[in-house]
Parts: sequence; C-alpha cells; structure tokens
Amino acid sequence: MKVGICGYGVYIPRFRIRVEEIAAIWGGDAEGIKRGLQVQEKAIAGLDEDTATIAVEASRSALAMAGIDPADIGAVYVGSESHPYAVKPTATILGDAIEASPVMTAADYEFACKAGTAAIQTCMGLVGSGMIRYGLAVGADTAQGAPGDTLEYTAASGGAAYIIGSTELIAEIEATYSVTTDTPDFWRREGEPYPRHGGRFTGSPAYFKHVLSATTGLLKKTNLSPGDFDYAVFHQPNGKFPRTAAKNLGFTKEQIECGLLVERIGNTYSGATMLGLARVLDEAKPGDRILVTAFGSGAGSDSFSITVTDKITEKRGETPTVEDYIREKKYVDYGTYVKLRRKIVVPS
Amino acid sequence: MGAPRFWRNTKSRYNLYGVRCGTCEKNYFPPRKICPSCRRASKLESVKLKASGEVVTYTIIHSAPEGFENQTPYIMAIVKLSEGPMLTTQIVDCEIEDASIGMPVEGVFRKINESGRDGPIYYGMKFRPPRSSN
Ligand SMILES: [Zn+2]
Repeated sequence: MKVGICGYGVYIPRFRIRVEEIAAIWGGDAEGIKRGLQVQEKAIAGLDEDTATIAVEASRSALAMAGIDPADIGAVYVGSESHPYAVKPTATILGDAIEASPVMTAADYEFACKAGTAAIQTCMGLVGSGMIRYGLAVGADTAQGAPGDTLEYTAASGGAAYIIGSTELIAEIEATYSVTTDTPDFWRREGEPYPRHGGRFTGSPAYFKHVLSATTGLLKKTNLSPGDFDYAVFHQPNGKFPRTAAKNLGFTKEQIECGLLVERIGNTYSGATMLGLARVLDEAKPGDRILVTAFGSGAGSDSFSITVTDKITEKRGETPTVEDYIREKKYVDYGTYVKLRRKIVVPS
Repeated sequence: MGAPRFWRNTKSRYNLYGVRCGTCEKNYFPPRKICPSCRRASKLESVKLKASGEVVTYTIIHSAPEGFENQTPYIMAIVKLSEGPMLTTQIVDCEIEDASIGMPVEGVFRKINESGRDGPIYYGMKFRPPRSSN
C-alpha cells in the first residue's frame, strides 16, 4: 500500500529577536556569532502561545489542505521537547481542538528535535497496516536556551503538522530509514528549566554520525543517489551543520537552499526538519523527489525519501505557507523576550 | 473557574459551537436552551459557527484581572460573527494603535489563562486580524 502525506500545515510565531540583541546583553560578538552559527534571528512564542497552540494552528491548516473529516483521523501524535504539561498529553488538547476526538489513539512523543518525524513513522505504520485511515503527526516546540548559553541564539518556537494517509496523496513517502544510539550530546533532567549540552561534542559523534549514517542507509535501501533528488532537507540546529552534512553526502547547495530556514527563524527543534520539508512542499512540482533527514539528540536520525504527486497543485494555495509566517514579524528587545519566554519568575 | 466547569465547556471554547433556531434561523452563541424570539416554538440545534467576523467596539485593558496582568496593555473587543452572534474576546497579534472598529478578525486557538504554576492550563479561542495567505 502506498503511504504518504495528504496535507500539511505550519505555524511560526510572529515575535523575532535578533542575534545582536542577545549578544549585546551577554557581551557576545554578534558578527562572529552570526558567522559561526549562520543564524540572524529567531522566532519566539508569545505569552499565550505554547506547543499546544502551535500544534492546533498547524493541524487545522493541514486538515484544511487535506480536505478530510477530522473524525476519520485514527491517531494523533505530538512530538516536542516542550510539552505544556509534564503529565497530561498535548495530543489530547489537539485531538479535541481539531475534533478528531474521542475515537482515536493518541500520545506525546519526545526525542529532542526528531520527535515529530518519529510520529510520522508511527502513522506510516498504522496507515500501512490498515489499522487507521489517517494519522496526524506533529512536531512543535517552544525551545528554551539558558540565559547566556550559546543555545539562546538559536532555540526557537514553531511547528508543522502532517496528515498521513494512503489516498489522495500530495506526496508519497517511498521509504524511511533510522539510526539510533545512546549518545549523551544534549539533555535536560526532569524538573530542570534549561537543557545542557556537550559543547563541541554535539558535532561529530552526534549530529554528523547519525545524519550521515541514516541518509547513507536510506540511499542504499532505495538504490538512489544524491543526484536523484530535487531537494534535500536536513535537521538545522544552526546554518552550518546541515550545509556541512549535505556537502559530505554529495548534495549541492541548490538542493538544500529551499528547506533551510534556520537563518531566519532559528532552530525550532521538533518543528525544524518538518518546517523545512513544508517550505519545500510549498514550492515543489509534481514528480520532484525530496530527501529528508531529521536528527534528535540522545541520539538518532530518521531519513525519508518523498516524491511529490500531481495532487499537490490542486491542494496547495488555500492555506498559509511557511513564507507567509516568516514574513509577518515583530522584533522584540531582550527585556520583552525574557518576559515572553518566562525567564523571570513573577511572584503570584 | 475550576477545571471541571471549564472542561464541560471545551466544545464551545475550542471551536465556536452555538445553536441555530430552525424556526427563525437565528444563531446564538454561547448556546442557549430557548430562542428568545420564538420561545415555545424554538427549534434549537447545535451549530459550528465560522470563526470570522468584525470588531463592533473595543477597549484597551491597562489594569487586568487576576491571571492576565502579564499581558497588559491588551485589546478586549466585542466581535460580531459573520453568522450573527456577538461575543466578547481578546484581540491578539495586533498592535494597540492598529485596532479599529469594523476591523475584520478571525479566530485563533490560544492559552486563555492558567491557574498558577502548578494548576491546569485553559485554552480557547481569541481573535486576530486575518492572516494573509499568499
Ligand atoms: Zn427562533
């Protein structure tokens, strides 16, 4: 059975903070940081936004594009490392808000930045086996970096939702391949507000090892080579890592440019790869083939080969695009940012 | 408001479920048990209203009730839905100086309030200027 994407939707909050604004507070060299991370600014959620609200807006767009009855959704999975509750699934709020409830299975996923693609894989399995008709997979985050930490320049908010099914596909997912190992490159202990990371350790043994081996594994499994793809999307914790990974694997600058959003919105964690794919789907033509490789610290990578169908041209156009959300922005200063992201505790 | 009472109302908070009177074809929000025009001849049915309308009037809140202090100043408005009913709502994603009477708005799912740092989080619908698609 063919399995793939019936519709997708995105959300990026309108608040932005520039690297200069953060660097000025912590005495950082803004130009050096921008060059090093290849990030200019990042998107941040407002006071009344969180992973659940991001998931709802993205999912409502995905439903509108797919044009399906939400009651036909048999599974809802939300991947995030910033679920609003420690205990109480975001997927329950989402299921109710989009009226997929009550007859459905649901759960929240956590796998650093790749929880959303893990949700896509689960839905592929459930749809492919005939257990459900449609599944909804969301990757969304309102990521936090500790004040003054390098992560503060990139940890951003945003998300994307994909409806996975087997009919009326706008894109077929032909294959997926994953690599997972126990790697302590990045973590956050229960009850701690900010994550910690292994500094330079996050590069070679974590990001590159997993992204490269998952992508290579997928290419081998599908008997495809980088030249067979029109686009490639890699997880983008900064602008440098995906560019280096692409080069090492033999993908060109032209193949990855369309799906690289980190420079303008930061690293949206579970949203990052899925937003990159959405940006490509906003533009791709029928027949185009897309390689997607997500990465999550801890660590693992999910790689996908996706081919766009004729249906995309009729289903696209009514829902807001990634660029629509990137275009609408309001810059805030560090003080406002601290308030929005609740980095100060207000006595109650 | 406690969690149980809020929870019973999520259907009309997460989406705009009102009632339509089959006799006079008027829509009501929030849902009511009897049509005030038709009384005993009321034929009320649940209806999902389109979350779009326009601002009838608005005010800027500088001194907010408990739980909303962090958001001041913010816009509260009476919105007339395209299908008739009026409701009071917060207008978000809009600068105070950009608010105006007659301004078109659309529904958006947001956090309404939370009971402290350890209580439940309440979600529901607010309104914003329509997003430009394309
Ligand atoms: Zn009536």
